[in-house]
Amino acid sequence: MRWDFASVFENTDALLVGAAGTLRIFAICLVLGLSLGLLVGLGRYSRNRWVHIPATVFVEFFRNTPVLVQILWFYFALPILLPFQISPLAAASLGISLNSAAFSAEIYRGGIQSIETGQWDGARALGMRWGQAMRRIILPQALKRMLPALTNRAIEIFKMSTLASAVAYVELLQQGKLIASLNYNPIEAYTAVAVIFFVFLWPLVQFSYFLERRLRRDE
Amino acid sequence: MTILHVTGLTKRFGTTDVLRGIDLDVKRGERIAILGASGSGKSTLLRCLNFMERPGGGTITLDGQVLGREGKAGERLYRESELIQVRQRVGMVFQQFNLFPHMTAIGNVMEGLRTVRGLPKPEAEARARKELARVGLAEKAETYPAHLSGGQKQRVAIARALAMDPEMLLFDEPTSALDPELVGEVLNVILALAKEGRTMLLVTHELGFAYHVATRVIFLADGAIHEQGTPDEVLKNPKKDRTRAFLASHKQFSF
Repeated sequence: MRWDFASVFENTDALLVGAAGTLRIFAICLVLGLSLGLLVGLGRYSRNRWVHIPATVFVEFFRNTPVLVQILWFYFALPILLPFQISPLAAASLGISLNSAAFSAEIYRGGIQSIETGQWDGARALGMRWGQAMRRIILPQALKRMLPALTNRAIEIFKMSTLASAVAYVELLQQGKLIASLNYNPIEAYTAVAVIFFVFLWPLVQFSYFLERRLRRDE
Repeated sequence: MTILHVTGLTKRFGTTDVLRGIDLDVKRGERIAILGASGSGKSTLLRCLNFMERPGGGTITLDGQVLGREGKAGERLYRESELIQVRQRVGMVFQQFNLFPHMTAIGNVMEGLRTVRGLPKPEAEARARKELARVGLAEKAETYPAHLSGGQKQRVAIARALAMDPEMLLFDEPTSALDPELVGEVLNVILALAKEGRTMLLVTHELGFAYHVATRVIFLADGAIHEQGTPDEVLKNPKKDRTRAFLASHKQFSF
């Protein structure tokens, strides 16, 4: 068995297009997933049951169904129920974002609940409203504690982006499959895809360590 | 002139009646020390006065303005915006300081001015420096709470409350979490505020300090005012047995 990466290098353009696709869906799902997760997490924390119950149902539903099934459902089933087509990018983004929102909602909720009630007391005694206390006092401290878990979420989102290949969205794995089938070189093609993912993710993890250290300077 | 008028204040946690009908008048410039055994309702009383806890029953009148309105079942209903106004006028200092650990000392003192009052940064900062200087911590402005001693933390917390220009200050056992050698610096700051003629309510176990600083002493037992009067009356010549027993237990180990 001989490794021959020449056939992969010949397809660098295809891999670059795939990498761009991966970065695009990652950016969309990171922003949508983590911000929607904050809203849902705050909803889970709410004492109003008209907010609390839907948020809980959302979290339980999306935590207990596979992302791949969600993506396929949005792509193949939703257009039958609704009078419009949905692009592979939209279907995959929906599935991954909603799933990430459900998981990050639990991270936010746990992080917010971990802040001592004295912090709420201190904020309220100054005359802060709930939202002001949350934004200025509680969230900044909670985010620091949540950072490792949220970074894991981001890494998870990056890797989940490969599921978009199931609906033929052009991203790294999809391009790898294409190269492998055209050149009969699965070992090289998939190795290249794995290496590219590592190259993207490793600095991301290092950056998260750096952030954690920086945020700890007030301790 | 009366600044705070409380009638029939009650509070219940679950099935426990913590406050059983407190009547209290506070005049401007009065300094009231609140004493009592643990569980007597001292802290809860204080926390009801700035609505950190919602009172169960009774009315609170601040500066002539009755707070809340009567509900259908005779209970009192409060709007959040009204309570936010009250909390800006009635400052509070906590046993555990409750400083914001992600902000420097001056950041803590500026926070209410910036976020609640909406002051521009230069003004808030100038004001905060003044308050930090008043509690003797001008040189610690850029220090994070984690690098301050307990006494310094509590002084920053006092500066934070003062920055809001409160008409009245509530101190909830401000020295109870401090190492003994740090108690003095905090009491000195409170003493200086007393000399300025500030209105304050102070829950404390420092009987000597209460004697020197307070204009009136209230002894709480079982969620009610058991005895009150001047420091001389309550601390030197208590009339009720329970007050005597409480004072005796506190003097047990003193010389």
